[in-house]
Amino acid sequence: MPIADCHPLKPSRSIDLKAGEPINGYKGIPTGENRQLLSLRMAICQALYEEMKRDETIYVMGEEVAEYNGAYKVTKGLLDAFGPKRVIDSPITENGFTGLAVGAAMTGLRPVIEFMSWNFSLVAFDQIISNASKMCYMTGGMFPIPLVMRGPNGAGPRVSSQHSHAVEALYAHFPGLIVVSPSTPYDAKGLMKTALRQNNPVCFLENEMVYNLEQEIPTAEYLVPFGVADRKREGRDCTIVAVSRSVHWALEAAEQLAKEGIECEVIDPRTVKPLDIGAIVESVKKTHRCVVVEECYRTGGLGAEIAAQLMELAFDELDAPVGRVTTTENPMPYAANLEHETLPKPHRIIAAVKAACYR
Amino acid sequence: MTAAVQPDHWVRPDPVQVRDEIGRDRLLGMFRKMLLIREFEERAELAYKAKKIAGFLHLYIGQEAVATGFFDHLSPGRDATVTTYRCHAQGLLSGLNPDELMAELYGKATGNVKGKGGSMHFFSKEKSFLGGHGIVGGQVPVGIGAAFSAKYRGTGGVSVTFLGDGAVPQGTFHESLNMAGLWGLPAIVVIENNQYGMGTACHRAVAVADMAALKAPGYGVEAITFDGLDLFASWKAGQRAVAIARANKPVLVEAKTYRYRGHSVSDAGLYRSKDEVERYKALDPIERVQTSLLEAGWLTDDAATTEREAVVERVRAALDFAERSPEPDLSELTRHVYAE
Repeated sequence: MPIADCHPLKPSRSIDLKAGEPINGYKGIPTGENRQLLSLRMAICQALYEEMKRDETIYVMGEEVAEYNGAYKVTKGLLDAFGPKRVIDSPITENGFTGLAVGAAMTGLRPVIEFMSWNFSLVAFDQIISNASKMCYMTGGMFPIPLVMRGPNGAGPRVSSQHSHAVEALYAHFPGLIVVSPSTPYDAKGLMKTALRQNNPVCFLENEMVYNLEQEIPTAEYLVPFGVADRKREGRDCTIVAVSRSVHWALEAAEQLAKEGIECEVIDPRTVKPLDIGAIVESVKKTHRCVVVEECYRTGGLGAEIAAQLMELAFDELDAPVGRVTTTENPMPYAANLEHETLPKPHRIIAAVKAACYR
Repeated sequence: MTAAVQPDHWVRPDPVQVRDEIGRDRLLGMFRKMLLIREFEERAELAYKAKKIAGFLHLYIGQEAVATGFFDHLSPGRDATVTTYRCHAQGLLSGLNPDELMAELYGKATGNVKGKGGSMHFFSKEKSFLGGHGIVGGQVPVGIGAAFSAKYRGTGGVSVTFLGDGAVPQGTFHESLNMAGLWGLPAIVVIENNQYGMGTACHRAVAVADMAALKAPGYGVEAITFDGLDLFASWKAGQRAVAIARANKPVLVEAKTYRYRGHSVSDAGLYRSKDEVERYKALDPIERVQTSLLEAGWLTDDAATTEREAVVERVRAALDFAERSPEPDLSELTRHVYAE
């Protein structure tokens, strides 16, 4: 398993606007020795910037991506850099601009579309599934769809039921789509660059709650391949599998468990599809226990899939049933205490790991 | 009533004048294409009944003049086209080989999309024919995307998106026309109003009768309406639409047409009378072109017979090719799920 070429994650700073630091946009903060400090938000923006410089067929379209600089500022500065031909504010018309992107991808362009949130991708579900995901196959390979669909996924802060969908399992269900969900700035940049150099429709699932997460990463170009997991923490007692924001909950849980003598290994698949099940199996061969943490629902979620694959591939390695810590099976409630219990937060992960370890 | 909205949306040319404008060779070319489309589909229908073809088979019979008149103004490759599941005519008009199209209906390895699409999914990368789409209205933003792409790349190309009257109430229709109008895209959107969305008469599904004329102003796009059973009207409408679109102005077109067959071959057509179908058959677009060609002295009865025999022979060869072709290898099952 590769060890990411980056320093450990730093906790989010409180942003000092008066200091004039670019808290977003594509310009990182140089830290010397060919390294730069970037938030996850900036890392995605920098990947877009670099690839748009390289490839004129890339355009960015979505609601508020241009003049407003992006609802979450992920596209900040791109309009100034590339102009209104390539950075385009769309009306609120998800099914329309997704279908437009499919047609553009079929005729020589490489669209990047932003869903202000993946909740709104459901309005475009037909274009994503019936057109983008099936086009290459149903045309006998004639029309691959080089398309990146990106935006924040999962629960925001106290935004209740219609703005808190986690869609990784939903989209991973369909052949033809690639599902990416990075947890760190390093991974986000490298995965976005890979997404922009391949020819399949990619669901690039970000998370609002980790946009401000900062990390020192190389200034030199690098790519992170699809289908290669990253070990975010080493441990011998229990494997925790998580992507995106859940990785950070898993790491927090692992630190607390370490105080009780349970050392968890945290595996971040980084891409849900293709899934690096080999890396998960390797880890389970060492720990013999596994807990999957996800923001999806339990029924048909990532945990269900990973547990089934572990049963198929590592049945004799497991010393305990695979644990699943998921969003509980209810629409997201608004009340703070109810929201807290709905999400797969560290206290629930700790309980699941202890159960897997019979502690 | 609708005349008050946009009095000049109707294209009703004098057929003789248009015939002269088109000229002998070009008109004969379109006549041959319409004959080929008709023969291709009539033979496909028989092959379906003989259980050589399965799944859905939506026939364009009766509507041939619409796509034929428009394609005559396009350069496939530079100009993109996209249509519904009723896509055989557009495939043939794009210049695709009838052999590979018939083989696709047969589900063979030599098919247009390797036996993975069937009747609803003909495509051509080379001719920028963006398919044959199975979801009502799903192809409309794709066609707008091709227009966006043409403008972005500066190719001078236009896109023509065909849809049925049944797709007009879909959200994609509204979203697509809004984007086309908003951004000034070289997009032509052609509603082929064949009077029925499956078994539902148009007046039971769409709130207004003259769809292009009444809806186009709401998107700031131009409107054209024509008799879709008349090739001369279709050709003039296509000429006007392409000229407008080449100047980066979108156009919404309504062809008032009719399909002789059911929605698909499984449709018994109980929602309309035989008299009604016969009335439209008397207006057959291919017969009318033939009559005009004979009147002009550009075709004799003997030559007409020869033309018809030629397409019969061509389609017979396509059927033979499809029959003789192998089924896809099982290794194809999971190939092309992702780009190679």
